[in-house]
Amino acid sequence: MERLRKIWLFYYEGFRGMSSLGRTLWVVVLLKLFIMFAILRVFFFQPALSDCATDAEKSRTVIENLTK
Amino acid sequence: MLLTTLVDLSRWQFAVTAMYHWLFVPLTLGLGFLIAFMETRYVMTGDEFWKRTTKFWMKLFAINFAMGVATGIILEFEFGTNWSNYSWFVGDIFGAPLAIEGIFAFFMESTFFAVMYFGWNKVSRKAHLVSTWLTAIGTNLSAVWILIANAWMQYPLGMEFNPDTARSEMTDFWAVVSSPVAINKFLHSVTNGYVLASVFVIAVSSWFLLRKREQTLARKSIRVASVFGIISLAVLIATGDGSAYNVAKVQPMKLAAMEGLYDGSEKAPLVAVGVLNPDKVPGPEGADEDPYLFEISFPSMLSYLATRQADGFVPGINDIIEGGYEFTDRQGNTYVEPSFYEKKARGTAAVTALADYQAAKEAGDTLAMGQAKAMLEQNFDYFGYHYVEEPEDLVPNVPLVFYAFHIMVALGMFFILLFVLFIVFEWKNLIVREKHKWLLWLGIISVPLVYICSQSGWIVAEVGRQPWTIQNLLPVNAAVSGVEPGNVLTTLVIFICLFTAMLGVEISIMLRQIKKGGE
Repeated sequence: MERLRKIWLFYYEGFRGMSSLGRTLWVVVLLKLFIMFAILRVFFFQPALSDCATDAEKSRTVIENLTK
Repeated sequence: MLLTTLVDLSRWQFAVTAMYHWLFVPLTLGLGFLIAFMETRYVMTGDEFWKRTTKFWMKLFAINFAMGVATGIILEFEFGTNWSNYSWFVGDIFGAPLAIEGIFAFFMESTFFAVMYFGWNKVSRKAHLVSTWLTAIGTNLSAVWILIANAWMQYPLGMEFNPDTARSEMTDFWAVVSSPVAINKFLHSVTNGYVLASVFVIAVSSWFLLRKREQTLARKSIRVASVFGIISLAVLIATGDGSAYNVAKVQPMKLAAMEGLYDGSEKAPLVAVGVLNPDKVPGPEGADEDPYLFEISFPSMLSYLATRQADGFVPGINDIIEGGYEFTDRQGNTYVEPSFYEKKARGTAAVTALADYQAAKEAGDTLAMGQAKAMLEQNFDYFGYHYVEEPEDLVPNVPLVFYAFHIMVALGMFFILLFVLFIVFEWKNLIVREKHKWLLWLGIISVPLVYICSQSGWIVAEVGRQPWTIQNLLPVNAAVSGVEPGNVLTTLVIFICLFTAMLGVEISIMLRQIKKGGE
């Protein structure tokens, strides 16, 4: 328990005492992740086989694509 | 026509994303070790100068790392959306290394990266040093899994195709991870990162020297980087030779494109410098045209590079299409290479057998299933040729591959000279003299050159293997999903805007931090 508390404090104090460069970089990383997962992934990058409910259906679709 | 547009747009999108991702990766791979060397000096000597120097480069490492982090995830989105047949076909062979990479990278980086940045006054010097080394090693080990997956596409082995699921199943994990193509590719790619990072450190240090700032930091950094750079370059050249040998064995068409070699020969020369003849095309139409407008070659060098014998036969583009020559593959098996049409017939037999297998399965005819499966296995090595319409479709973009290869090699030679000059001028104390400013400028302009060199290497590797996503098994036109080309174009434009903006932000933060110096 004590070890977990120390690990928590290590990260907590690290983030609290972060320089302005560190904060800027975190903003950039979080913004980038938001764009990727909340915009690009949701609106533009639906897996093409997502209409297939099961792996068997996915296999059938790909086999049809490959053998047509 | 529509399919061509879709394939081209999907390829463009993948290329733009991968090239953007690769702007950040090599600097992370190399700078991590340079920082670890510098911190080792600090721990060994107790000299606070090395701590300050380490912290300066660590900030630049963090900027590059933060900008590059997660850019590779977009490639995985593209696999699922634009390349769904491919993604399903490669199955767990691609999934397993990528999953290991994801988990590995997350735990290594979130733990040791945090200690590296938050732990200066909270853990012992030695514990901090260990974290710095483990961060450097961790980023390099992350690259292992990605490069294993990439190498498998260039040289698929250790797998079996399951006709029930249309997926490739791993039968020999060790064969996949110890593939000679994978090992060589890993070493070649990471040492490329070390050379790039060394040039980056030399360039930033040169700027400080020109501005007469941070002179001790700059000169000692140049010492570390130029020695690390030249050692890495030696390994890079050795593995480059290994890459050429592997390519000759597993992707001879790529080697032919790299050299603009249309008609093979024994004692084949290696082009040192050359200009391709734009009128030269494969087949009888281009038979009367010389492949080069101008060239300077090393006699027999290509034969030696490809076969380890000065008089070995190296097939050209036309030979590979026509077949009929004796070829020894990577496993040492010698056979007469089939022509394009023979391979296409076998590919069609394999695809037909897959369809027959499915029909027999639906009909519950186990005997027919067994026969179809046997036919599929017998011809599977050429499965992808079914989708290649014409012989010339087998030929990648020769000028792009040829020039990218020669630019890469020429710049590699230039970096030998650069590192040697910096080593000599620094050790002889000439680097700070006014009349040798040209060397410092040379160091600075080498930054774009080293990125061009690095990207050229990947152009050779990836454009050179076209039309294949998986060598001989799945060409791009069969790998692509049935998505609307307009959608791919839209996301391509979004990416170009997004990546340009992000690159601008990164360069601006990086330059601002460099100007601050080692505070």
